[in-house]
Amino acid sequence: MSKPIVSLVNVEKWYGENHVVKNMNINIAEGEFLTLLGPSGCGKTTTLRMISGFELPTSGVIKVEGESVEKKEPYQRNVNTVFQNYALFPNMNVYDNVAYGLKVKKVPKDEIHERVTKMLKLVQLEGFEKRRVNQMSGGQKQRVAIARALINSPKVLLLDEPLGALDLKLRKQMQIELKRLQKKLGITFVYVTHDQEEALTMSDRIAIINQGILEQIDTAYNIYEHPKTRFVAGFIGESNIIDAVVISEKDGCYTLGTEVGNVLGQTENEKLAVGDSVAISVRPENMLFSQTPVEGFRLKAMVKEHIYVGNLIKMILTLNDGTEIKINRFRAEDLARVGEMVYLYWELEKGVILKDKKIIDTDSARDIQGGDPDEEE
Amino acid sequence: MEKKNRKKNAYVTLARVYAIILFVFIYAPVVLMIAFSFNDSRANVVWSGFTLKYYAKLFHDSGIWKVFGITVFVAVISTILGVFVGTTGAVGLTNAKFKGKKLITNSIYFPIVIPEIVLAVSLLLTFKIPGIAMSLVTVIIGNTTLILPYIYITVKARLVGMDPSVEEASLDLGADRVYTFLHITLPAIMPGVVSGAFMGFSLVLDDLIVTSFLANAETTTLPMKVYSMIKKGISPEINALTTIIFAVCAVGLLVYLLKWALDVYKEKKAKANALL
Amino acid sequence: MKKSRKETTFKARLSSFLMCAPITIWSVLFILLPVAMLVVMSFMTKGPLGRVVYSFTLENYTEILKPVYAEVVKQSLVIAVWTTALTVLLGYPLAAFIANVKKKTSGVLTVLLMLPLWVSGLVILYSFVVLLNTSGTINTILMNLHLIKEPLELLYNNFAVVVGMIYMFLPFAVLPMYSSIEKLDKGLIEASKDLGAGPVVTFFKVTLPLTSPGIFAAVILTFIPCIGYYMVTDMLGGGTSMMVGNLIYRQFTIARNWPFGAALSVILAVIILLMVLIYTKLGGDLDDLGA
Repeated sequence: MSKPIVSLVNVEKWYGENHVVKNMNINIAEGEFLTLLGPSGCGKTTTLRMISGFELPTSGVIKVEGESVEKKEPYQRNVNTVFQNYALFPNMNVYDNVAYGLKVKKVPKDEIHERVTKMLKLVQLEGFEKRRVNQMSGGQKQRVAIARALINSPKVLLLDEPLGALDLKLRKQMQIELKRLQKKLGITFVYVTHDQEEALTMSDRIAIINQGILEQIDTAYNIYEHPKTRFVAGFIGESNIIDAVVISEKDGCYTLGTEVGNVLGQTENEKLAVGDSVAISVRPENMLFSQTPVEGFRLKAMVKEHIYVGNLIKMILTLNDGTEIKINRFRAEDLARVGEMVYLYWELEKGVILKDKKIIDTDSARDIQGGDPDEEE
Repeated sequence: MEKKNRKKNAYVTLARVYAIILFVFIYAPVVLMIAFSFNDSRANVVWSGFTLKYYAKLFHDSGIWKVFGITVFVAVISTILGVFVGTTGAVGLTNAKFKGKKLITNSIYFPIVIPEIVLAVSLLLTFKIPGIAMSLVTVIIGNTTLILPYIYITVKARLVGMDPSVEEASLDLGADRVYTFLHITLPAIMPGVVSGAFMGFSLVLDDLIVTSFLANAETTTLPMKVYSMIKKGISPEINALTTIIFAVCAVGLLVYLLKWALDVYKEKKAKANALL
Repeated sequence: MKKSRKETTFKARLSSFLMCAPITIWSVLFILLPVAMLVVMSFMTKGPLGRVVYSFTLENYTEILKPVYAEVVKQSLVIAVWTTALTVLLGYPLAAFIANVKKKTSGVLTVLLMLPLWVSGLVILYSFVVLLNTSGTINTILMNLHLIKEPLELLYNNFAVVVGMIYMFLPFAVLPMYSSIEKLDKGLIEASKDLGAGPVVTFFKVTLPLTSPGIFAAVILTFIPCIGYYMVTDMLGGGTSMMVGNLIYRQFTIARNWPFGAALSVILAVIILLMVLIYTKLGGDLDDLGA
């Protein structure tokens, strides 16, 4: 990575007895679109607020353009924020809202006029100058908030769930617009959301945060295809996660023992030792089955039901110990009949071994994800 | 259905009659006072002809003008002090954390929850024991203390309805705390400040208990003067005086209502234009 | 070892300190200190010629138990309870009426309600002297109509005091009741009627419980000033009725007995603070008492 524009080094945050951000280390590249993604209350908003200066880290260093800013006031930092509920100044019209940052800096009137006009054009709000902000729709308010934050030409724009209050259709449209705006301006965006689809659509990289810990930071592709931790595997998309113990190794291929039979798996670089506790994660679309046993796999499952969900069909199976397994297919012909016993297997590179000692119930992780975003911190 | 409606109408009529009776109860003494201020007979019982002599007498009484001046002065200064202390306090205490904060925030409510006479004698003791003489200063301190909770409460109510991220947005855009307070916080809480100030001002104008305990002979206010006139016996000059105050208040209110109606009209027009 | 940092910047703490300082200083000097002085004074000894001897005694509190003073306390409570009950009973229907008319009308009505007291409650009390006098307006009218032969003794008794008190406190009682009735979800009343409850049952089971915070605020806003407001008893009671407020007033003026006056004030404050405590425990908001 080239020299980072924002970097967090060993950042910790305590609220009294609550440890909300734990040893956070993130480097953000110039011009990057980075999303902080995680369930409500995971510490992502606190992390963002430490970059903007509304919260001070308990310890650690935050650098913007190489300069330590963690003790500076929000108004001394060259970053600007787009707030969750817009936070527009209710006593001012659109023009004055956008011009605020320039008026504070005592920029000459002519220049303010020129820059505000340009900015309103950029967010497609020409002609709205004199409009009171409480007379505008959610989408329009959002554009004003973005224009207001961009007027000071910040190096980094921080966005705290900016689309949370919009309806689905408008949200999708704004996602595309925001991404386009970011490309056009070349500004670094740090974006907080709890919506994984939003994160996957917009980001160059995604930082998955859970319980104050940075679980994984990577591209959308890698986060999905190569999750590093059990939480990431369960949080992003659907996954079948099975606990296992390493039994033996042969040419980088491990035999893993599960409660209901052995399976095979491989790792990319990490070495596993015999006796390690691991979990193996297989996406429903990568889970294969056959009427006859496959070499190395001893997972027997019974087909419980088929669920039609429009663009695909889900098949739910149960293992001997009752664990549910999901398989997704596009066509009904590709599924086994309900009640049939089948053998499960997967291509070695599609089974991701998670060397993770933490036992987190992935279902409850998903429940938190669906929770009220307002409960954040 | 018609029977039900008739029954409902009867209720409405009953409620109206009741409200009218109570308003008559409230305004009868006021009307009486105004009428007798123009009554030629001092006895205040029978109407014996129209006169303005009490008003004339009032205008020639230089003492009353002095009293009036002192009253307004006390009210203005107390309100300004109360607005300053109450507003900064409401804003400051909302976010502050310090030891004993709970004691302070609870004590602010004291002047409204304890009877005024208790506040008055407490302040009297506080000044008298160390030997501080009663003066305009003690009167102003007493009245400011009396109205402080009202201003604090109305400002606090506005702050509760305010989105805290609006202030953060201002800091984020490069404004320091002073700039943010003056340009963002203050405009947002202004309606609370104004209504608190209005309430406080009218309370001080009419205050007798705290003022009379903390005043000296030189700092007589209007309510004190009126009270002593009343205690001396029936005198129509008081009626004239109060009629004037009432008229001033009523005119002030009328102006305020007209301005308000005009604002509403303008807003409607602006909205209609925006839609076009 | 890492040093734990402060949670906010120095400037943030400074600005918070500067904002909190005036009200903190003010409330310490002019609220907390006076209250402390009052409590201390109530345990001091009365000296000759209205002087105070600074030695501890409980005499001032035992003094209150004397029949003369106990009678005053009793009479105060009787008048205060009557006034409060009548004010709330009279005020509630008016509050309901104001809450149910058009928004603009209710705004005008509340202003009309408060206007006389904003102007001067005191002078209007004086009008009652004119009204209730033996040769006053009401008696004159009644006599001229030949409804009575002898003028009625309307003034200088407890009746006049209660009427004056109701007049002074009715608007303050109506306002909180009005706002709680106005906030009431009209759907609940319709729901109750829909479920077969008549208007009486609906009122006692739905409307009254839901508007009780407003009623309690009204009770407090009437009771507190009523017991301490010495002018009403002074002007309309004519020396026959005396309340704790008058007694306190006397100790600091004619009688010059500060310690006893302080003890009376402390008792009065404690009674009222207990009421306020109950009010907050029942879910009442102190802020509603000031707006």
